[in-house]
Amino acid sequence: MTDRRFFDEMTLEGGDPRHPYSGYADWFSGEDPKALLKKSAEAEAFFRRIGITFNVYGQKDAQERLIPFDIVPRIIAANEWRQLEKGIEQRVRALNAFLADIYNKQEILKAGRLPEHIIAQNEAFLPQMIGMMPPGGVYTHIVGTDLVRTGENEFYVLEDNARTPSGVSYMLENRETMLHMFPELFTQMKVRPVSSYPAELRRSLSECAPPNFDGVKPRVAVLTPGIHNSAYFEHSFLADQMGAELVEAGDLKVVDGKVQMRTTKGYKPIDVVYRRVDDAYLDPLTFNPESMLGVPGIMDVYRAGNITIANAPGTGIADDKALYSYMPDIVEFYTGEKAILQNVPTWRCSEAESLSYVLDHLSELVVKEVHGSGGYGMLVGPAASKKELATFREKLMAKPANYVAQPTLALSTVPIMTKKGLAPRHVDLRPFVLVSPNRVHITAGGLTRVALKEGSLVVNSSQGGGTKDTWVLGD
Amino acid sequence: MRLKITHKTTYSYDRAVQYALLQLRLTPRSCRGQTVLDWTSSITGGTVQVSYHDQFRNAVQLVQMDDGAETLEITSQGEIETENLNGVIGPGEGLAPLWLYRAPTPATTVGPMIRKLASGLKKEVEANPLGTVHKLSEAVAEAVTYTKGTTHAATTAEEAAQAGQGVCQDQAQVMIAAARHLGMPARYVSGYLLLDGTIDQEASHGWAEVWIAGLGWVGFDVANAVCPDDRYVRVALGRDYAEAAPVHGLRQGDAQEELCVSLQVQQ
Repeated sequence: MTDRRFFDEMTLEGGDPRHPYSGYADWFSGEDPKALLKKSAEAEAFFRRIGITFNVYGQKDAQERLIPFDIVPRIIAANEWRQLEKGIEQRVRALNAFLADIYNKQEILKAGRLPEHIIAQNEAFLPQMIGMMPPGGVYTHIVGTDLVRTGENEFYVLEDNARTPSGVSYMLENRETMLHMFPELFTQMKVRPVSSYPAELRRSLSECAPPNFDGVKPRVAVLTPGIHNSAYFEHSFLADQMGAELVEAGDLKVVDGKVQMRTTKGYKPIDVVYRRVDDAYLDPLTFNPESMLGVPGIMDVYRAGNITIANAPGTGIADDKALYSYMPDIVEFYTGEKAILQNVPTWRCSEAESLSYVLDHLSELVVKEVHGSGGYGMLVGPAASKKELATFREKLMAKPANYVAQPTLALSTVPIMTKKGLAPRHVDLRPFVLVSPNRVHITAGGLTRVALKEGSLVVNSSQGGGTKDTWVLGD
Repeated sequence: MRLKITHKTTYSYDRAVQYALLQLRLTPRSCRGQTVLDWTSSITGGTVQVSYHDQFRNAVQLVQMDDGAETLEITSQGEIETENLNGVIGPGEGLAPLWLYRAPTPATTVGPMIRKLASGLKKEVEANPLGTVHKLSEAVAEAVTYTKGTTHAATTAEEAAQAGQGVCQDQAQVMIAAARHLGMPARYVSGYLLLDGTIDQEASHGWAEVWIAGLGWVGFDVANAVCPDDRYVRVALGRDYAEAAPVHGLRQGDAQEELCVSLQVQQ
């Protein structure tokens, strides 16, 4: 049964479908649940054949495995999407304006709107980027804005993935699978397509050709760390789909002032590189000298204006956890408008008042390490034992500046197909955003992650999460 | 003072080098206290791939060694008009924020020796920062005596302080680490120095600049116990030696390298 403490996106309190789901609910009521279950198994087989075995969120130690797919789509109405689009575009523009500022004049620090130590003591700030202005002021070209929903009109940004958001190949393959399994649904309902993403990615990257590019059609390449990387499938998939070269560091070399790719017909210049190699490994001449995954000299060529690197090195400073709580101010500072999308309220434990609140409400809150990642060192208050709470309280009091706290959000639910029929499960959403000098393009869809375990709020694939196709309806 | 400089660096290898890239920071800038009248650089055995300005506004050239070359020769020469500012460079230019020079780098992280060196000066720094840095410069000169051949390019400030000896680069890095420890922004300068009575110099020079409120950047040459005057030419800046190094490179293969530097600075 649907738990009314949580907003269910498909079913209203009385049992009627919410408006975006009315078409789907009609169709569903005419289907035989047993046949649907069988289709569910087929979908999984179809998926396996396509061979997606990479790990969505790039945990390095996670084993390669298949992420479960659920056949019930997550449906978003046209008007809901318009609002989200506006909010995402505003936020992404602010992120790029922030990056341009922080690597140049740092007006936001001079204005006192952001404390200096948030940047000065942050390892994600890359001094080598100071004074660097990429084409059109675009630093983060490919963004994945993680959203959660808690009510009819309540959306929150959970995090801004401004470095290398992955998972877009899931968005594409989920749709492919649904089109294959349920073609009739797509003739009955106006679902906006997502299949143009690779072409849009290609267009968007091409529009970011470097200052010294004087050709007609920029050559785009995807730089992968190689076959052992957990997202290698996505790298090769995207390169293939957008008609770009898939390269590893060993294929590239500085020749005639450009980064060039070795081919059977000699060297060919690369104008825009969509790199899936982390900053530290990108260039052994400038960064980690031990790196075997990077291209020596690529940073020099970049600074000289002969290649565009997407996303730009140093964009991590924009999606850092320490910075997150300042995002509403950042949006306002650069756009002059209030943020359309809400931030999750965040208590900075470095501030005495916040710390005392957090200590008083520890069992209700989620406490995160400022510089931690992958959920390590995190406390989920409502799920923690008394002993865990006590231990964490000590850690918090010893180093308050290391932590931020947030309320436990009542994530919305969307049903999944189970043996007992439809059952609600918690979801989040990652839309994929492309930024070029003149345009912010948001694919009408995204990656919906779903916690398959009943009652679980953790949608991570490493902890029993699955994915759903995300439908944005046309007008 | 008008200074004429000729700086030739020659790398010789016992066999052809497979692949080598070098970042050169060998071009002085015009700034307060110095005007570049004429400057050229020429390279044989290698080709300039790109030229650009880095985060410290240093002019950088990326050079690749030519296929099959066994020798790379870099010659920079020109004329600079200098002015005696008694070390006071003044406000910074460029975009690198002051706070960047407050944080340690791996080569300038303080350890027990540098901490000890700076500890006695902590009380005075607020009331008399300039005097304190002068004292610090003397203390560094005493703690790290000028000795050639005991340290290398990658020796850290703390290592040099522990050893108690080093060259100008080590003394400058100890000075930088200690000044930051005392709460003052500090940076490394690589450049040239006209030594009295001789035209031929053994190597290019390096010293420290410390930010002093009210004055801005002030140079301190520990090795020569002076604040840089019109005999000095500033070439490149960085948070430590590695960032301001005249040549920073990467090379593949196992060819044996021999380095030969010839430098003339004259009036």
